Amino acid sequence: MRRLAAAAWRITLTRHLVTAAAGLLVLVVVMESVDDFRAVQLTEMAYLGIAAGGLTLLTGLNGQISLGHGALMAVGAYTTALLVSDDPVVPLVVAIVLATAATTAVGVLIGAAAARLRGPYLAGATLALAVALPGLALHFKGTLGGEQGLRLRVPETPGWVLETAFFITGHDLTRSKYVAYIAWLTLVVVYLLLANLARSRVGRRWRAVRDDEVAAELAGIHLGRARVSAFVVSAAAAGAAGSVMALAVRLTAPTGFTLTLSLGLLTAVVLGGLGSLTGALVGAALLTFLPSVITDAGTSMGLDDIAAAELAPLVYGVVLVLVILLAPRGLVGGIEAGWRRLRHHRHPVVPPGSITTSDAAPSRAPVATSKGDSR
Amino acid sequence: MLTLSGVSASYGAVRALHDVGFTAPEGKVTAVLGANGAGKTTLLRTISGLVRADSGSVRFGDRELTRTSTERLPGLGLAHVPEGRGVITELTVEENLRLGGLGRDNRVRPERLDRVFSLFPMLEERRGATAHVLSGGERQMLVIGRALMASPALLLLDEPSLGLAPRVVAQIFDLLGGLVADDGLTVVLVEQNARSALSIAHRAVVLSLGRVVVDEPADVLARDDQLRHAYLGF
Amino acid sequence: MQQFVNTLLGGITLGMVYAAFALALVLIWRSTRVVNFAQAPMAMVTTFIALELIEHGQSYWLAFVVALVSGAVLGAVVERVVVRPVEGGPELNAVILTLGLFIVLHAAAEVVFGNRYRSFPAAFGIRGMKVGDTTIALTGFGIFTILAVLAVMALLVLLFRFTDLGLKMRAAAFNQEVARLLGVRVGRLLTLGWALAAVVGSLSGLLIAGGSLVSPSYMDTVVVYGFVAAVLGGLDSPVGAVVGGLSLGIALSFVSGYVGSQLVALAALAILMAVLFLRPDGLFAPARERRV
Repeated sequence: MRRLAAAAWRITLTRHLVTAAAGLLVLVVVMESVDDFRAVQLTEMAYLGIAAGGLTLLTGLNGQISLGHGALMAVGAYTTALLVSDDPVVPLVVAIVLATAATTAVGVLIGAAAARLRGPYLAGATLALAVALPGLALHFKGTLGGEQGLRLRVPETPGWVLETAFFITGHDLTRSKYVAYIAWLTLVVVYLLLANLARSRVGRRWRAVRDDEVAAELAGIHLGRARVSAFVVSAAAAGAAGSVMALAVRLTAPTGFTLTLSLGLLTAVVLGGLGSLTGALVGAALLTFLPSVITDAGTSMGLDDIAAAELAPLVYGVVLVLVILLAPRGLVGGIEAGWRRLRHHRHPVVPPGSITTSDAAPSRAPVATSKGDSR
Repeated sequence: MLTLSGVSASYGAVRALHDVGFTAPEGKVTAVLGANGAGKTTLLRTISGLVRADSGSVRFGDRELTRTSTERLPGLGLAHVPEGRGVITELTVEENLRLGGLGRDNRVRPERLDRVFSLFPMLEERRGATAHVLSGGERQMLVIGRALMASPALLLLDEPSLGLAPRVVAQIFDLLGGLVADDGLTVVLVEQNARSALSIAHRAVVLSLGRVVVDEPADVLARDDQLRHAYLGF
Repeated sequence: MQQFVNTLLGGITLGMVYAAFALALVLIWRSTRVVNFAQAPMAMVTTFIALELIEHGQSYWLAFVVALVSGAVLGAVVERVVVRPVEGGPELNAVILTLGLFIVLHAAAEVVFGNRYRSFPAAFGIRGMKVGDTTIALTGFGIFTILAVLAVMALLVLLFRFTDLGLKMRAAAFNQEVARLLGVRVGRLLTLGWALAAVVGSLSGLLIAGGSLVSPSYMDTVVVYGFVAAVLGGLDSPVGAVVGGLSLGIALSFVSGYVGSQLVALAALAILMAVLFLRPDGLFAPARERRV
């Protein structure tokens, strides 16, 4: 029996499904023990986590840096707003899926354009995207609501959901918790897909392109396609995230999708460790819960409201700089690396299937400009 | 002129040089030979400070090089032409050459530029061209010329024959031999092409797995079939 | 007709400002191969230092000089302390690092200076000049802007093309290791490159601020526009940066005037993508070699 379990564990899919199931269990337990306010915060963590998950794969596994994922979330959010604010109201799941599809389409366009860009050029272009897209909403005031934005009418919780919830948990399901469950269920589904992709041939191609373009090309990997696919996947995640965000906040306006959001996502992903889904979740948690802690600390130190509010990004920025300088693998990446080193000490021979699911933090390989002629 | 003793160096956890010691006599060519991975390039990089020695001493005249930073070396008369040549392809031929002169006295001496052009007329022809259009052989001449712009006393050359046609290799080695004879230049020549190297070397040092296994006059090594077969494969 | 001329003049003046910022980006790229996304907040900080001096009664020109000098110091310190460890490493790290700096400086400025808008004086007057009976959209300060940027551009070209120092800086940027072997004091030149760039960046910050309102976010969009201008001209070329800035400024001015001011950023993005597709090395770039 033990051997069977160990063998099953080696199959990636089983491992991921079991982790997902365990996660869902934890989710229910946690959700039922917190109040509505925390549930709202947990929702925020979920949709930031979804976007961060896509972004960490894009940057960590494929080496493309995007500062425009806030804008992609906006696409998902606005699509959802347009779908949900009309009569008849579309079922939520359908809305999320459609919004994801729309963002994926946008992602194909942008990904194709971005595929030829490297490093700073890509960063600059996506930065321009992040700054430019809100302008669209302002210009097309009629459909997109201009500065005020669009309001969402989230439909009533279906009866069968209320009953099932009561059956499982014994509590009444509040609106906030309903949204929170939807958010986290979406996260689990998205993460399951992302994790499987990361471990599949597609994921390996992404990594190959990141590590050595020339070698990858010589091995027959189509660079453009690999880059675009990575971008599209991350865009889809961002779209789903934006959609959930729209449902949670019930308002989509340009002010919700500023450069700060994109930079925040990047920070979350770097802090957690590039390429690690666990890290993305940790980063999202920090992004959700830390600002209020820091702002409170600021006000108690005597700063006025505005200054205290800016303290959070200040801390983020400083931590981001420190992380890049001292621990480029991020928090989770660093912990995982340490864990692996410990493991190797005790069990010098490591059997093939037992490496953790998110092992893809990129190493700080030195760039090969030092040898030979300059490139 | 250049004396190493007890030099050890590593890349991270991997030891590349073990207790290496030899002397490169003044005004002569010392060939450093050995298979791929024997540590020849690491040796040169340790001498010029790009790799930090874990232990040992590298004495150049009366200077201890392990305690000197790389940037100071041209000023002291040491030029290192690295593996892969190190042509700065975004600059022109003339700019590459000027750079060589700048590192020594912070200005370019026109007479040195003239000398390099007379040694390598084809560099003068292409002086305004961007360096990346040069062929392999031309690039090798460019980097040697660039090194000469600093009027070095000691020249470290890493695999100059790499990727070059035999005729070009012969040209370059001829030239080197001339420089040694005419200017009293001391040369430490790392080569995989042992045959060509031995043809102009006075001294031969063979490295194997980071250790010195042979340290003889070059003609002795050239004549000793057994030794040659064992370490150089011919 | 008058609108056309005014839009054009406005575009030229604006374009020169973007050009100044682009020059700073080009400088840093040429000397260290890093795009400094934090250039804007750095310039913003030095402008605020100048503003504080002015509000405490100091003369405009003194504040101007102080801003430039503090820019140099800031640039040198940032390079030596923060950026040096990641130079030569993966590009990703440098990009994220400068973004982190962007966030830090921006937030720090808001904490220290508050986020209200304050007005910044301008030398040489901000009233439109009169041509015959009409007033055109060209101010004394605008002319100063144009001349200042052209002067800086000329100085930079001279530096890089005709001086030994410029040659060493370029060598250090293209191939650090070989430059070191040739005796170039790479470390010092990198710091110098950043200091110079920061001075130019500070200049652009002062030029943008002149005659308008400033707050800690006032330079944020300039990052994008300056970047687009720099890419337009090719990140390696000071002349390109100016031409790029001018073209961009004029183009965006027309978009703003004739299409809609909210679409300006989108237009910049479109221009950026077009350039990156058609001439990824910019309009003034030297030839690139094959990798495979």
